[in-house]
Amino acid sequence: MVRVRISNGRLVDPASGRDEVGDLFVADGAIVASGRAPDGFTADRVIDATGLVVAPGLVDLGVRLREPGFEYRATLESELVAAAAGGITSVACPPDTDPPLDEPGLVEMLKRRASSLALTNVYPVGALTRSLGGERLAEMMELAEAGCVAFSQADAPFADLTVLLRALQYAATFDLAVWLRPEDSALASRGVAHEGEVATRLGLPGIPSLAETVAIATILLVARETGARVHLCRISTARGVSMVREAKADGVPVTCDVSANHVHLSEMDIGFFDSNCRLSPPLRHPRDRDALVAGLVDGTIDAICSDHTPVDEDGKDLPFSEAEPGATGLELLLPLTIKWGGGRPLPEVLRPVTVGPARVLGIPAPTLDAGARADLCVFDPSLWWRVEPSALRSQGKNTPHLGYELQGRACYTLVSGQVVFER
Amino acid sequence: MQRNPQLGEDGQLRHLLSIDGLPRDVLVNILDTARSFVSVTEREVKKVPLLRGKSVFNVFFEPSTRTRTTFEIAAKRLSADVINLNVATSSQTKGESLLDTVANLAAMQADMFVVRHASSGAPYLIARHLSQDIHVINAGDGRHAHPTQGLLDVYTIRHFKEDFTKLTVAIVGDLMHSRVARSEIHALTTLGVPEVRVIGPKTLIPPDVQKLGVHVHHDMARGLRGADVVMMLRLQNERMNGALLPSAQEYFKTYGLTPERLLLAKPDAIVMHPGPMNRGVEIDSAVADGRQSVILPQVTFGIAVRMAVMAILAGGG
Repeated sequence: MVRVRISNGRLVDPASGRDEVGDLFVADGAIVASGRAPDGFTADRVIDATGLVVAPGLVDLGVRLREPGFEYRATLESELVAAAAGGITSVACPPDTDPPLDEPGLVEMLKRRASSLALTNVYPVGALTRSLGGERLAEMMELAEAGCVAFSQADAPFADLTVLLRALQYAATFDLAVWLRPEDSALASRGVAHEGEVATRLGLPGIPSLAETVAIATILLVARETGARVHLCRISTARGVSMVREAKADGVPVTCDVSANHVHLSEMDIGFFDSNCRLSPPLRHPRDRDALVAGLVDGTIDAICSDHTPVDEDGKDLPFSEAEPGATGLELLLPLTIKWGGGRPLPEVLRPVTVGPARVLGIPAPTLDAGARADLCVFDPSLWWRVEPSALRSQGKNTPHLGYELQGRACYTLVSGQVVFER
Repeated sequence: MQRNPQLGEDGQLRHLLSIDGLPRDVLVNILDTARSFVSVTEREVKKVPLLRGKSVFNVFFEPSTRTRTTFEIAAKRLSADVINLNVATSSQTKGESLLDTVANLAAMQADMFVVRHASSGAPYLIARHLSQDIHVINAGDGRHAHPTQGLLDVYTIRHFKEDFTKLTVAIVGDLMHSRVARSEIHALTTLGVPEVRVIGPKTLIPPDVQKLGVHVHHDMARGLRGADVVMMLRLQNERMNGALLPSAQEYFKTYGLTPERLLLAKPDAIVMHPGPMNRGVEIDSAVADGRQSVILPQVTFGIAVRMAVMAILAGGG
């Protein structure tokens, strides 16, 4: 087994708040010590982390791997390499593949393919309804046995509220987590941008904030009624944040995440119809963005995710309304998180990409303590780099941040003690 | 944010994609140039050789006879060669992408594209993918802009009213879906009209429209009071019976321009409409054909304004 000594790094542990320079020792896939080497430890490999941060690997709750069905946009391998290059050691992928992840066989195949690549850990989210049709429940227990960590409709609507109610009742029976994108499909239909000044100016069909808040209100009421564990994916509105804040204060078992794009950008970034800013949910008003940041600071929002959705060139070289929504994100999650943090203490800044999402996933809290799985991200927090297609390993090259200079980049990524990426 | 793509580095007009963001002097220059072309259109020989040897491609991804015809007439009066393409009925239905279509047309040595498209922003995408020396005129994109219509409307206002800075202008109807209204608003506010009002039911007024510099009225009488100019908008058939409006009859009752309602405006107010009109839906025939109507002069001026835009783009190129 490989023994690794990561020497002289700045050890940052969001779980404990620890932030100090020292050595970290890895053996048999786990962290065995920090500070002083255990007796008799001889390293097979020494990584000099002088000037670098050594932190638990990132956990990303929103990653479309595009397999099966959309291999022309991206493959499992290309995107797991990109995840590793982004310092991400665990990803959850939504079920909206083709076919959707509604059968245990598909989930097992995905897990097997992922583990044979031996890169980032993949946690599939199973379909809540068959074919994501929103009508008949998928075999959740079977899917859970095959490895699904939660159940979701991805962006697909429910046929009606009865199905939502039954799905949450059924999931609550077996204490299965349900992840939902809060968006009323009728209110959002045909819309392509936040309904507000920019959409009005550009003549783009709008998606009102109401499309999200109505859905959140409905989901929270049903969650309260059923006691189901609900996670809200990609919230985007100020009102949505305050609704979740109140629900949490009332003891509703709800969590939520936000896309890294929405933490930094607003409708203003659409500029002259930049289709890279065509995202779902849409980029909203700067006030909404500020409320999302506030929600991260006070812990209302549990996780920042990349919402990685690779779209090929042909899907973006279209008029804004016709362009496919989505952006590549795996390799931007770390720098965008650092940028969000500003001057705040690094252990705190990294919580929404480590401890927070791990709790949502139901996996052990990422930490640098001895005994923990050695899923690690060693990164240079001060390195500036320019976001351009050639700098990205993902097959998706489109992001609203193209051309931006961002700070912070992974140098080494370890999964179960193995170096899966080094720059 | 990116630089306004319709202006060159020297501030000259390279494309006409929207009135939003154009400086006042660019608009005034177009209006002044148009005035010189109005006299051309009144002559026995209606041609000038400004665009001789140039090819203007009318590329309409959305069918339109009227607008396409006025662009065609304008280009021909400037002595350009005009090629009309109804892409809506040809290559697009065969699955060719928008950019492939445009690249093919550019390879046919076009100097200028006049583009209409059902998607807001499509002319920006086209302009971005063409070489520097090819100009694009937006002839209407989705709900976004119809800049030559906005320009001919302010030309018409200037013809009858002269001083923009003393006017109250009311725009009535379906602002939500109207590219014409958006271009009118930008043209009027850029030229210094102190009060632009928009009038319509809440279902047809886009959110935050006041950020464009207009006052919102839902009461027709209050909105018309004291107006110097009343600009009516066409109500599309598909909006008339649904969740936006209960019926054409009720719309006419609440927002139709009748002779009685027009009395609320200034006695010398002019009435405009971009055409084609729905008589008895947004406008009463007695008003459309009345002495205050300037709807037909709008059409005449439209040709001169389009000539001016083409001449300025080609001259600056």
